[in-house]
Amino acid sequence: MTTAAEIRTFVEGTTNYFEVSARQPASVGSPYLVTEGAPGVHEYTGIIGISGARKGMVYFTAPRAMLTVLLMRMNETDTSDENIKDLVGEVANTISGNARKDFGKDFVISTPTVVAHDPKLVNPPTHVRPFVIPINWRTHSAKLVVCLE
Amino acid sequence: MSKSNGANGASGERMLRMMIVDDSNIIRRRIERSQQNARLQVVGSASNGREAVELFQKTNPDVVTMDLTMPEMDGIQCVERLVSLKPEIMILVVSALADKATAVEAIEKGANGFLCKPFSDRQLNDALAELLKEA
Repeated sequence: MTTAAEIRTFVEGTTNYFEVSARQPASVGSPYLVTEGAPGVHEYTGIIGISGARKGMVYFTAPRAMLTVLLMRMNETDTSDENIKDLVGEVANTISGNARKDFGKDFVISTPTVVAHDPKLVNPPTHVRPFVIPINWRTHSAKLVVCLE
Repeated sequence: MSKSNGANGASGERMLRMMIVDDSNIIRRRIERSQQNARLQVVGSASNGREAVELFQKTNPDVVTMDLTMPEMDGIQCVERLVSLKPEIMILVVSALADKATAVEAIEKGANGFLCKPFSDRQLNDALAELLKEA
């Protein structure tokens, strides 16, 4: 069960990521609970496994076009597939790691796993309802999905 | 292990050798590109703690930026190892882990500063300048 305050932690982490890294704020939509099935994913997904006091996963999923522009906003000129994968993992890692400010040290995060081009490989736990935080940045849409027992 | 080469920069202050440790290539490149301290010369980068220890033994850096969540050997273990090899090393932890307990643990193990990701260029350079005050 994820509380409203916990979701707010992830919303704040997402907002802060774009403000600081991209120097351009994102618009974060109202988080919603997915009641059936798994949320859809974009081309690239960075997944963080959560263990310790909480169990589950947090993932950030975004299209290539958005990640390319984000890299460019960070003054990165190499927009190869490797760097796009690296970025999507780093966004997931940063937002999840920042959540420890409120969740504490026992919110243990894994190193990122990245799934590209194959949405079937993103498998959130089926016994937990995921929360989706919609993210709009420039003309692009992405999602942060929080799936915690 | 030998001391650093002792070369001086334009200001006459001793130049310092810097190693960047992070499992993200884009973060390693970002730190190298964004750091503007005239005393720092980047001598190499590593993507996990084990690689960092190997690179440390080859390059003998004076300053290290250190991620914490990494495969193979995490940043806290690596801080301990590097401090045991060179007690005077200056380590700036650069991590997304934003809880106070982790920052305290890193400092207790021998790190000298903590910068939370995400960071701006200014925050990075301010943190490095603070680190070098004692150098």
